[in-house]
Amino acid sequence: MNVLKDDPLVLPALLRDATNSDSALKKFLNGLSGVDKVGVEERVARLGTRSIKTTAKAEGIDLAIRMIDLTTLEGMDTKGKVKSLCAKAKRPDPLDPSVPSVAAVCVYSDLVSIAKENLSGTSIKVAAVATGFPSGRVSLAAKLQDTSDAVSQGADEIDMVIDRGAFHEGRFLDIYDQIQSIKQVCKAAHLKVILETGELKTYDNVKKASWIAMLAGADFIKTSTGKVQPAATLPVTLVMLQAIRDFELATHRRIGMKPAGGIKTTKDAMKYLVVLKETLGDNWMNPDMFRFGASSLLNDLLMQRQKMKNGAYSGPDYVTVD
Amino acid sequence: MVFEYAPAPESTKIVNLKSNYDLFIGGKFVKTKSGSTYKTINPATEEVLAEIIEASQKDVDEAVKAARRAYKTWSKLSGSERGKYLYRIARIIQERSRELAVLESMNNGKPIRESRDIDIPLVAAHFFHYAGWADKLDYAGLGKNPQALGVAGQIIPWNFPLLMLSWKIAPALAAGNTVVLKPAETTPLTAMLFAEICQQAELPDGVVNIITGAGQTGQYLVNHPDIDKVAFTGSTEVGRLIAQSVSGTNKKVTLELGGKAANIVFDDAAMDQAVEGVVNGIFFNQGHVCCAGSRLLLQESISDEFLNLLYARMKTLRLGDPLDKNTDVGAINSASQLAKIKELSESGKSEGAQMWSAPCEIPNKGFWFAPTVFTNVSLSHRIAREEIFGPVLSVLTFRTPDEAIEKANNTPFGLSAGIWTEKGSRILEVAHKLRAGVIWANTFNKFDPTSPFGGYKESGYGREGGRHGLEPYLKAGK
Repeated sequence: MNVLKDDPLVLPALLRDATNSDSALKKFLNGLSGVDKVGVEERVARLGTRSIKTTAKAEGIDLAIRMIDLTTLEGMDTKGKVKSLCAKAKRPDPLDPSVPSVAAVCVYSDLVSIAKENLSGTSIKVAAVATGFPSGRVSLAAKLQDTSDAVSQGADEIDMVIDRGAFHEGRFLDIYDQIQSIKQVCKAAHLKVILETGELKTYDNVKKASWIAMLAGADFIKTSTGKVQPAATLPVTLVMLQAIRDFELATHRRIGMKPAGGIKTTKDAMKYLVVLKETLGDNWMNPDMFRFGASSLLNDLLMQRQKMKNGAYSGPDYVTVD
Repeated sequence: MVFEYAPAPESTKIVNLKSNYDLFIGGKFVKTKSGSTYKTINPATEEVLAEIIEASQKDVDEAVKAARRAYKTWSKLSGSERGKYLYRIARIIQERSRELAVLESMNNGKPIRESRDIDIPLVAAHFFHYAGWADKLDYAGLGKNPQALGVAGQIIPWNFPLLMLSWKIAPALAAGNTVVLKPAETTPLTAMLFAEICQQAELPDGVVNIITGAGQTGQYLVNHPDIDKVAFTGSTEVGRLIAQSVSGTNKKVTLELGGKAANIVFDDAAMDQAVEGVVNGIFFNQGHVCCAGSRLLLQESISDEFLNLLYARMKTLRLGDPLDKNTDVGAINSASQLAKIKELSESGKSEGAQMWSAPCEIPNKGFWFAPTVFTNVSLSHRIAREEIFGPVLSVLTFRTPDEAIEKANNTPFGLSAGIWTEKGSRILEVAHKLRAGVIWANTFNKFDPTSPFGGYKESGYGREGGRHGLEPYLKAGK
């Protein structure tokens, strides 16, 4: 099957051929250069020793705030919860209007309209997780329905999950086809493809899955649902960023990156920004190209921001818990 | 520029620098008998750090005498007793690690990230390792009850001043020898701090003696009739002279000399990690590394792709203040070393190789050389044969594994080599055929006190590190 004719993404001939058949795609993915585990982990450990102080830290904190997809993905989510989350997204620190808004609010698809309503008049996006999040173990029809529900409610961004079962069965083209089908339903909404790297296990698999998603038309690739441990890690993020760089070299198309889950402290966030800066450079250092999928990170950023401004650490009672 | 790193300099306050340093002989700091003095500088700023003694023949004689006196009791101590002192030294090094790291970066020019995360932790690890050996010499593979040699004269280079000191002193002391050590002319300061540590550890007087000076002082030491062992790390030129001057004597010798290591990247390598390994292989410590991966052997089919990734990666290297925690490439150690690097780079250009340097701002003061790559290099070029000992990579290509092996071995040196491939069987096959003392697979410049280190051919003889590192300091037992 070849849906690419209808796709705005025009791939070079070599990559187009790679998605012509199951065997061609498998061959292409197996032909990607491997990832050495020791080397990747050593590289991020070294980048982790970068010392981010004073002006760099202040800039990094505000940039990280602007990159947050402020997330609530609980079975117990209510309209009230989403409402207060939206308030926080707009004005993260009620005491300090100089704090920028976050990039987006991320909710389950049935709560999109609530989020939309509460964010109207702002530039904050509404992202919806869809496609049988987090496991993705529902039929394609259900995934499409889930997605189109979210889109029709006004979701600006769709965070879909890939079929990890299919990945481990080696049915790469099925994953590719599914992503393409979802992408069509998304229409103008941006598509983030969650690889759930904690279930892919190896860096080689992460690299392959990144390529499948990018070939199929993902606007962003995203590490995790946050429901599986480990969620985002620095080495996984580096592998995905390097795949994004390779994809840009091959197609001149820039794909965004979203590590999600487990990023809780300002120190963590600064490390991600360092890895991003030293891998993809300034073109990616903005909320259009990089997001943090996080909930508790925001408060730590706010506390560190207050500390830098006032010279003293205020503590968790001076930031709101929404 | 977005998210530009603010300066993050490590404070120098922790270092209590003296204006001048005496010689360390017989457990005390003593004035020179007849030697002169010279100034040691910070190569990143050209500021004078301290005044140092150029030890005379008389000073060297005093030091050897002190070591000989101390040998009589030190060699009779039980192994566990000697081990106790070595453990104590190792712990003090850990406790004073920040001070040592800062001083090392000030006097050598290497980035604080490296002196803090690599040099000093390895120094402590070497003392811990050999402390453990002191009471287990029967298991060193040299028969029962092996004996110390006597007094060792040790001369070390400027590229890893304190680390090379530890490689020399720790095994010598564990085996029951006493030592007279001469640090390199340009980097004596951490050795003088180490002398203070010996005092702090209450090491018996004369077990470690440290004399400073240049080549002449080194010659006095090597030629002194009452030393039993010469251990040298440095250039092949000087190594050759030392081998000549000790021939016909009973002195045992180990030489750890130059290198021109091949870092071989096959087409099935993990590309990004291989790029990283090549960068670490040659730009670690400004390329002032005897085992540096200074020749990149690249499989022709991937050479364009690989070099593009390499150039992109090199553009992110941060050259500058060695004490800034975010610096990747520090200063060249001396004006004369910088001149040598420049001279060889010029020869590369005039012999027809293509030069590319990472775009970095070079500070006004101090000695600097931007990370540089030469392509279109052939084996006959000087930059493919001679040790540059600077941040300069020569790239050669190959078509088949046999050709890679042939080119890798086609050098008078044989210290180290690297192999990059995701295929395990290829690692084993190629490693087996490479004539080099240390071979890394899918990594480079990894050091560990348990692992022997040393070379083939003009890279020297003898092994340092691990059980093998005891052998040069022991007479076989019965």
